[in-house]
Amino acid sequence: MKKKKLWSAIGVNLLAWVLSLILLAPLLLILINSFKTKQAASDMTLMLPTEFQWSNYAVVIEKGKLATTFINSLIYSCGSVLICTILSAMTAYVLSRNRSKTHRFLYMFIVMGIAMPINFVTLMKVMQGTHLINTRIGIILLYAAIQTPFNVFLIHSFVGKIPTDIDEAAVIDGASAMRVFVEVILPLLKPVLVTVMVLTFLNTWNEFVLPLYVLGSSSKWPMTLAVYNFFGMYFKDWNLVCADIVLTSLPVVVVYLLGQKYIVTGMTAGAVKG
Amino acid sequence: MNKKQIYPTYFTFGTLILYVVLYVLPAVMGIGYSFTDWSAYSDQLNFVGIENFKTVFSSDYNYMKMIGNTLWFTLVTTIVKNVLGLALAVLMTKQVKLLNFHRTVIYLPCILSALIVGMIFKSVLNPKIGLLNTALRAIGLDGLCQKWLTDSKIAFNSVMAVDIWKGMGYIMTIIIAGIMAISPVYYEAAAIDGGNAWHCFRYITLPLLMPTLTVTTVLNVIYGLKVFDTVYSLTNGGPGYATEVLYTGVYKEFGLGRYAVGTTLSTIMFLVMLVIGYFMIRSMAANEDVEL
Repeated sequence: MKKKKLWSAIGVNLLAWVLSLILLAPLLLILINSFKTKQAASDMTLMLPTEFQWSNYAVVIEKGKLATTFINSLIYSCGSVLICTILSAMTAYVLSRNRSKTHRFLYMFIVMGIAMPINFVTLMKVMQGTHLINTRIGIILLYAAIQTPFNVFLIHSFVGKIPTDIDEAAVIDGASAMRVFVEVILPLLKPVLVTVMVLTFLNTWNEFVLPLYVLGSSSKWPMTLAVYNFFGMYFKDWNLVCADIVLTSLPVVVVYLLGQKYIVTGMTAGAVKG
Repeated sequence: MNKKQIYPTYFTFGTLILYVVLYVLPAVMGIGYSFTDWSAYSDQLNFVGIENFKTVFSSDYNYMKMIGNTLWFTLVTTIVKNVLGLALAVLMTKQVKLLNFHRTVIYLPCILSALIVGMIFKSVLNPKIGLLNTALRAIGLDGLCQKWLTDSKIAFNSVMAVDIWKGMGYIMTIIIAGIMAISPVYYEAAAIDGGNAWHCFRYITLPLLMPTLTVTTVLNVIYGLKVFDTVYSLTNGGPGYATEVLYTGVYKEFGLGRYAVGTTLSTIMFLVMLVIGYFMIRSMAANEDVEL
């Protein structure tokens, strides 16, 4: 009995390692080859480089214009995080507290957006009509708009767990609606707001379809679009392409490792009763 | 107390304006434009009835192939991700050493950009220098080496495999949360009754996970029908139309200036999504404490 248990424990651990390696190998491949010379990287193996070519990174930052695109990505991600979080929190708060027929309809109407596809062709027409096309503010507003449905959904279920006595007590003390929201409710929403901020940041950083349609001028491109373009030009220099991939993904991996707890909460919300 | 005063409706206006103008309006306009001959080459706009829909559903063009590919992609990735995600979740809730390390690694591809993942696998699946074929040759399985992305018979399978590689950790994470929410009392009772591991899975874990699996299925379907990034960066629809899906098709129509057909394809997707969205709201509402 004991022996059987030991063997099954070994088997389970072995399986876990095999799976982890299958998922890690392609990522390690990119990391390792980003340090090789062009010659050594031309056959893309997992062999460690004989000498670490840190200069690849300097070359990529310069040729791939990574400084500008990094700033662009940062502006788009932070901008949409700011707008989306504030607007979603205000909306979710009111729609969760006031459950009149109209408000329930509005909630459904907004949450439907999680499933709805974007009609890019007519969206371009709207962007032209509103003079938002090929502008930084335009793409920030777009990112905020498409991520609002999910964020409203996340915050809505969280607000439902905060007792209403709190807001009523504040109102009796003479606080205005805005003050109740900002000073009483917002601090209580902190955990879910962090989740919303982390997820919105990652999604915006990773996205590249909207800039592909909306941002014509390359000076406004985010990192994702730039790395794709770089790949098209330097597809024979795998070492450089790998270095570019590493630099583009680094912020995402750092945010993931720091905010893992919040990401998992957000991803599992709505899927599991709790 | 007056609810309208404490919870003013104008709090929702910012969201509503953004959402309606940039999300709902294009979708509704799209329905209208799909009955016209809108294109980049003419300023005139004529009503053409259901001409565009006839074009899309006719066998003379490749649009049906795109729709078929999209549906096949959705079906296969949804099933495989659910099955693998469930298997991984069961494994990752067992007595595994370094459990958090493994979970972190398996989830890692989910947070990477789909575009980046596509580029990574363009290297891995390269027939000459790619890691996969090199590994196959190293263990003497030369016969299994393939032109993964350029052979039109297997390219679409490769694309789906990459998408599954990227997405199964997400499903695993959701299902792990579902398994953790199951009260251990059930398993204790089963142990007393002499149930083995399979009995526990079949008669406790699986039935109690059904609501969670419904949600993962709905999420996968929504994602699958809208897939773009992975296909665009791996094959861009090729070779030929072998891996063309709806959204890559829309992008090409847009690039060619054939706006009417592009918007018709989007409208068809919109109508399908309305139905799926309804099921999504129902399955998600079932997990929220409030009724809608």
